[in-house]
Formats: sequence, C-alpha cells, structure tokens
Amino acid sequence: MSTDTLVDFDELLTRYEPVIGLETHVELGTASKMFCGCSTTFGAEPNTQTCPVCLGLPGSLPAANEAAIEATIRIGLALGCRIATWSRFARKNYFYPDIPKGFQTSQYDEPLCTAGHLDVEVDGEIYRVEIERVHLEEDTGKNLHVGGSTGRIHGADHSLVDYNRAGIPLVEIVTRPVPGAGAKAPEVARAYVTELREILLALGVSEVRMEQGNLRCDVNTSLAPTGSLEWGTRTETKNVNSLRSVERSVRFEMRRQAAVLDAGERVVQETRHFHEDTGSTSPGRSKEEATDYRYFPEPDLVPIAPDEEWVEKLRVALPELPAARRVRLQQEWGISPTEMAWLVNAGAVELVSDTVAAGASPGDARKWWLGDLARRANDAGTDLGELAISPAQVAELIGLVSAGTINDQLARQALDGVLAGEGDPAAVVEARGLAVMGESDELVAAVDAAIEGNPDVAEKVRGGKVQAIGALVGAVMKTTRGKADAATVKRMLEERLVSS
Amino acid sequence: MSSPDLTTTSAADLSRALQAGELSSAEVTRAYLDRIATEDGALGAYLHVDAEAALATAGAVDAARAEGRELGPLAGVPLALKDVVVTEGVPTTSGSKILEGWRPPYDATLAAKLKTAGTVLLGKTNMDEFAMGSSTENSAYRVTRNPWDHDRIPGGSSGGSSAAVAGGLAPWSIGTDTGGSIRQPAALTGLVGHKPTYGSVSRYGLIAFSSSLDQAGPMTRTVLDAALLHEAIAGHDTYDSTSIDCPIPVLAEAARRGAGGELAGLKVGVVRELGGEGHTEGYEQGVLDRFREAVALLESMGAEVREVSCPAFDLALPAYYLIAPSEASSNLARFDGVRYGLRVGDDGSRDLDEVMALTREQGFGAEVKRRIILGSYALSAGYYDAYYGQAQKVRTLIGRDFTAAFSTDDGLGLDVLVSPTTPTVAFPIGSRVDDPIAMYAADLCTLPASLAGVPAISVPCGLSEGLPVGFQIMAPALADDRCYRVAAALEAAQDAARGHRLLDELGRLGSKEDTPS
Repeated sequence: MSTDTLVDFDELLTRYEPVIGLETHVELGTASKMFCGCSTTFGAEPNTQTCPVCLGLPGSLPAANEAAIEATIRIGLALGCRIATWSRFARKNYFYPDIPKGFQTSQYDEPLCTAGHLDVEVDGEIYRVEIERVHLEEDTGKNLHVGGSTGRIHGADHSLVDYNRAGIPLVEIVTRPVPGAGAKAPEVARAYVTELREILLALGVSEVRMEQGNLRCDVNTSLAPTGSLEWGTRTETKNVNSLRSVERSVRFEMRRQAAVLDAGERVVQETRHFHEDTGSTSPGRSKEEATDYRYFPEPDLVPIAPDEEWVEKLRVALPELPAARRVRLQQEWGISPTEMAWLVNAGAVELVSDTVAAGASPGDARKWWLGDLARRANDAGTDLGELAISPAQVAELIGLVSAGTINDQLARQALDGVLAGEGDPAAVVEARGLAVMGESDELVAAVDAAIEGNPDVAEKVRGGKVQAIGALVGAVMKTTRGKADAATVKRMLEERLVSS
Repeated sequence: MSSPDLTTTSAADLSRALQAGELSSAEVTRAYLDRIATEDGALGAYLHVDAEAALATAGAVDAARAEGRELGPLAGVPLALKDVVVTEGVPTTSGSKILEGWRPPYDATLAAKLKTAGTVLLGKTNMDEFAMGSSTENSAYRVTRNPWDHDRIPGGSSGGSSAAVAGGLAPWSIGTDTGGSIRQPAALTGLVGHKPTYGSVSRYGLIAFSSSLDQAGPMTRTVLDAALLHEAIAGHDTYDSTSIDCPIPVLAEAARRGAGGELAGLKVGVVRELGGEGHTEGYEQGVLDRFREAVALLESMGAEVREVSCPAFDLALPAYYLIAPSEASSNLARFDGVRYGLRVGDDGSRDLDEVMALTREQGFGAEVKRRIILGSYALSAGYYDAYYGQAQKVRTLIGRDFTAAFSTDDGLGLDVLVSPTTPTVAFPIGSRVDDPIAMYAADLCTLPASLAGVPAISVPCGLSEGLPVGFQIMAPALADDRCYRVAAALEAAQDAARGHRLLDELGRLGSKEDTPS
C-alpha cells in the first residue's frame, strides 16, 4: 500500500543515527473506573458500563480512584522515579465524540512521578532508557466508524461511540529521547516495551494485554546525519500495539526518513499510523497545526499529596522486579546470561517460569518455548504470549513426552491440536489418537512387514551389520505414521534379527 | 391560614402549620400552583411546572402524615429549584436551548436530599443561560420580571428563583451563586440569599459554570427560612471531591439567637473598597444611605464597627472575569450535540466538526459565546500566565485580605465584613444588555467572597426609590452561622422598627402595576 521510498537498513546506518522515544499508555486493572464506580470489565455490551460521571452528563463530578493513584505510584517506584509530594490533575481540552466531557482529565505540569529510568539489554549490551514522567489520566471511549473501507472516520456512513472504556484509568509512561542505539534502535524500542510490560505484570497493576489495548505505544523516531550535534525532526507513530510492531515501526520509519533526507527534503513533524499488515506507516494529523489543549488545573478534583510514609510503605512492598528475578531464575535454571537473553528477547521468561511452576523441567520448558512455539509465533506474526496455549498446557505436553505417552514428533501434532482449540494436550492426544504404540498386534505386524518388505536389509542385520537396523526402524515409523516409539521398535527388530 | 397568607408567609411558618396538622401539603401546594397559573405568565419565573407531580408528592406526604409516620420538618413544604439543578426525569436546561428537552437520568445531591426530606417540587425556575448574567435576560427562554416593578430585572442569574419567592410563586427556592447569583437577585427583590462556604454544599448535579466558584444556597423570605433550607442541603458528599468533610453547622439556631438582637462585642468591618470613601463610583446614593443606616442599626445593637481596607477587592472584577470564563469554556465543551440535547445539521451532508460547530452556534446565546471565547483565550498557550495565572494570584491576594480582616492571630480579629450587596437597585429591563461591562459591575460587591470561597449573605435593608436594597454580611470560611446570626439581628430590628416585613410592602402584582415606582 505504501508508496514510500525506503533505504536499505544497513545502508542508512552508514549515514544516519536514530533517536527514539516512547509514550506508553497502560490501562490499569482496577475494578472500577478512574472517576466513578463503573466496572472496567473488557468486552461488555457497548455502553452498559456507564454512569452520569463517565458519560460526562451535565452536573456530574469526578471522584478520584485511590487504587489507581496507588498503582501509578508503584509503577513510578518500580521505574526508580521521584514521587511528587504534591500533584494535580489538569484538563486537556479538545473536541471529539469519544471524550464525553469535551476534555480529558489528565496530568500536565504536575505529574505523580518523574525522573526514572529503565535498563534494557539487547545482545548483551545494556541501554539505559530515561523515564521523563509517569502520570495518571482517563481513557477515552471508542469510536466505531460504520461504512467506508478504512474503518476511519473519512468515508464512513455514520459513527457509533462506546463509552464503556471512557474513564478507565490510564497511566502514561513517557521516556526521554534515547540516542545512541544505532542499528539496535528498533530492538531497544522493543526491549523497552517488553521490559516495561514485565514490570507491569510483576506489579499486578494491569493485565497488559496488548491485543485488548491494555498497553498502547506511541513511538517517536528521528534520524540525524551521523555526527550531527542536533537531532532530526521526529515523527510519532500511533497505534503500535504489539512488541513486534514496535520494532517494525522504528525500522520502517528509519528507512523512510532516510529516503526523505537522502532526497534533500525535510521530515515532516507529524503523527503517523502504523499498519500491521504491511509494517508501514502513513501520515496522520500534522503536528504543525497542533491543537492548543488549553491545559489548566482541574478545579473539580483536589490535589494529590502522597505522604512520604505511605510512599515508603509502597516501596518496601514492591514485588521482586523482573531484572532481579531474571538473575535469580538464570541461576536456578543453570543457564548462561546469553541463554537468558534469548528468553528475554523472545518474551519467554514468564512463560518458561510459569511452565516450570506447572511441573516441567527448566530445560524442557525452554526447549519448547524457544523452539516449536517460537517458530509458530513467528509464522503467525504474533508475540509468543499471544499463542493460544498456556504455560500449564505446555507443561502438560512436556509431561506426556516424559512419561513416554507421546514422543516429540507426536507432541508437535498435539501442539497443533491445542493451538487449533481442540482442548488440553491429553485430550488432543486422546482425540487424535496420538499416543505412542505399545507392543501391540499392530506394531508387531508393522515390524514383521518391515522385515518382509526389506529382505536384503534384514539379511545384513542378521549378518552382523547391526547399524543397518535404522532403515528398518524408519520403515516401521513410516507405516505407523510416527506413533511408534523408536526405541521399542528397535528392540523388537533386534529380538527378531539378532541372536543373542 | 387563608389562601393569600399561604403564599406570603415564611416557609418556617408553613412547616410549623403542616407539622401541627393545621394545613395539608395539598392545600399549600395548590395555593402556589394557583398563583403560578395566574401570575407566572406575566412574571416569567418558571421554565417548567409540573402541577400533577407536585400534587402527587403533596398527597403522599399528607397520607404519610395521616398514618402518623415520622416526617422531617420540611415534609410537605413546596419548593422551587433553579433550572441549573439536575432533577431526575424533570426537564433541566440551565436556561439554554442546547439542553432543550433533556430529562436527566439522575438527581443532584441536593435535589435528592430535598426529595428525601419530603419537600414538594413546584418547578424549575428561569435563569441566565448557564448562570451567566446578572439580570436573567440571558435566558434562552423568557424574560423574568421583578415583582416590585415589572419593567425591571429580578437580578440574576437566579432571577427566576428571586421572582418566584418574592412574587409569592414559591415559599422558597434554591439558587446558585458563582459571583453573586444568589445574593444579587435576593437583594434586588427584597429576599434573603446566602452563598455558603465553598465546599459545604455538594455541587454534584449542579450544571457547572465555574467549578471553583459555584455554590448552591437558599433564597427565602426570612433569615430563619434560609438557615433551615441551608441545613437541609449542606453536608459532605463523596460524589463531590471539593466537598468539605465536616459537621453541618447549626444555622437555624444561630438565626434564632440573632433575632434576639444582642450583638454586644461583635466586631464588624465595613469594607472601604465596596462603596466606602473614594470607592463610591457606580453606587447609587439611596443604596449607600440604606447601607449606612443598617450599619448604624448594628452599632445600636452593640456591634463594634470599624472601617477596613481590602485593597485586592478592587481587582476582583477582572480576576473573576478571567477565572469564571476560563473554567466555563471547559465546562461547556461537553455540549457538542453528540450525546444529549440539541443537535443541529446532522442531515448527512456535514461532517462531525460542522455538526458540533452548528450545534454550538445555534444552541448557545451571545453571552455564553462571549465567555467561552474570553475563557478560551485566557487559557491559550502563551496567554495563560498573563491571564488565568495572574487572576489566580489576585484570588490569593483577596483571600489574604479576608484573612487579615478575620484572623485573631495576626489580623484585625473581625467577626464579619459588611458591604452593600449591589451598587444599585434593580435596573430597567434592557438597559444594560448592550453594555456587558455595566452588567458585570452588578456583581462588584459579591465577587470577593466568591473568589475567596467564604460565606456571604444578603439581607434586605430597606427601599430606595421603592425598590429593595440588600445588605451583605461576609464571614470566615465555615462560619456561615455568623452570617445568619447578624442577618437575623438586622432583620428583626428592621421589622420591629417598620412594624412589618419589608416584603409586605410589595403589593399584590395586580395592584402593583397601578403604582408608579
């Protein structure tokens, strides 16, 4: 779809240096909304989780959700931020049907948390991402544009608005610009979001399901000629909603901007939309005609003044954070830092940990998540965690292999079944008849048939060339479509062909 | 009581008679509805009256009382609410076309309290659109006339409420006050009007004009009535984050004590900047005369009176006209035609922005647009510090002037500050509509208390040119009881001297029209 000229990634790195920056929105998993008592459950019938407050009806007033304030402070603490002793909400004024009040209640110049950082590792190197601020605001409703081909407002016949999401507490985490990542910029961006996601999961403040929009990223990218003292003009890519897309959007913008600069043109400061299907971006609203949001302190809410004692209590009660946890797990699992890094890059640490917790050995768990499952995620173009299989199911599958019920080959077929939604591994094995054959009549017949069908090979084995038995094992496996246990088959063949 | 008595007596007396079984709520309610039916066509106090619903409520209260059920003192007493108060199932417009036909799905906290107390809602009263105005001429629906002179304004923005109560179309009413919208109309119609301490009455369900200033309060015929109605709506509300969590002050008791007339030792400060020496420009002589007579009366009751200077009060008007429009520009953004109320131009030929713009273009009146534009400008990037930011600083200074006057530690230790409520008596309809600055000046005396969030009451202090003059009493935050005590003392002394209440001089509407003003 895109008609942009793109420069080869490796080539552009010979002339340009990227700077990235991320704004991440996280929907908190509080039971009720930010300023009213409405439920936050995902997927309810449109406009059933609303009240006068989150619909912005005339006369209604907000009352701040303390659980959301607490969660924001915990996020700030986990990111090493300074927690404000005095913080206020502000009104961000603009017109759009999905904001019921005509303004979004957000934070402006007095955010709850400032000046933190998050270290991420890419290929053994640590990159420090400075956090500028963490603030609390409310989510908007969702517009549904009906008719037209793009799902956007232009060309639509009419639009519907669902306010169930309006008022769900939203934390915005803004990084400072990250220079110096060079060729690794796309991966650093991805690693940052991955690590942030892990932290949010560890804190238990959000389900962080990117496919449900719990975590949404705006990715800023700019390029400057290598060695330049000034940074280039940035673009802000909106709606980047998977880890893989974060990486792809940076890569695409770097390649596109390089072409613009190569042509001697200026990069336009604008917001851009990311397209999952093509991995490309397209222009949205130009920042040069930027809205003046007319921020001012929200007079309907009192300032938040977290007292030191409370903040200290929250700090002490923070759970083990992912970085520390990885060091511990690496030791427990007996793996190298590089092996741990693979797990991190694949977004598999928690998955492996949960699989181990469900009874699998660390080695098996790693083997499956980084092997077959990673391959399938890659083929499907999704993140590992979004595969339709749970760590418990993977552990069950591994258990079936260890018990000899199935072998690796059959386990892969069982995996197909689980991913196709046919049920738990044991049920799939049962339903698909995948269990390894015992010394059944069927197997005896297959062994005998292999000997009869390959008389010359059988003769070689009888004559002492025991290694030739492999061909016969292969023949049996073929007739049993892999369901036989190779060791059993070998033993049976030996019983028949090799006199002891 | 005879029927004319029912529509001129105090609500406290009605309450007593209802509790004693001398009257039924149905009788009282019908008397008011009858008067509304005959008089409101000329007066224009109401935007919505539901006689059937009112009589049904009255009947239910009477039935409950007949069964001997325990009822509160206000049960069965009729009431009018300013149309800015959200009422479940009852049309609520805030005086604007943009909300025409809207029936809210919920009750404002104060409306719910009054419902629970068993009051009978007669209807919703006219007002300046979104409470922006001082004459009720900015209503999108109708002109409201001053019962004292039908060619004059009843004050605003709660002018429907003042006209209804003064004109005998409701025993009392709830108004809202952002910069004087309770006190100024009360003053211009010979009523008592009190703006409570900011945060002491829940704002939940009041259609917001300026969130940091809006307060609801009573508009009544007597000081005791005001105290009773105030007590019924006050109290902490978790739905309003700016609501103060403290016990409801004992106000009726303060009013009763004040009526005893003993003010020995009361320290009263007369604010020089509000009509004092060197600050009389724009003040009518008659207003100043009545005010000074009332001050002398307080002195005669034992009050120690001194003049006090509050220099920042001079800046109240410009500060107010930056802060209130700024907040309003944001508060009124929700009226976009998407979810409720008016929607203009949605015929498939226009895009979203055009429909929103057309809706607001046609739904808002000129004064509302003026303030939205003013407020949007004051909040704009690059102008914020010079306008909104600066106005907030003035607000702080005004608060300091009050502290300097009231504080017993390092201030003058005054109990109350007093001033005229308005610089002039009610002005003729149409005389200021083309001069917004002159219109804004009507709030000159009421703005400081609004900006500082302190309580202030207006109580009648006589007539000038046959029209009522109001006396304003301001007290420290949460000391609303002082306002009632001093106001009740002044009311009692004046009534005694006069031999009757000031309102009794207001002839019936029919005869009034023959009387030259």
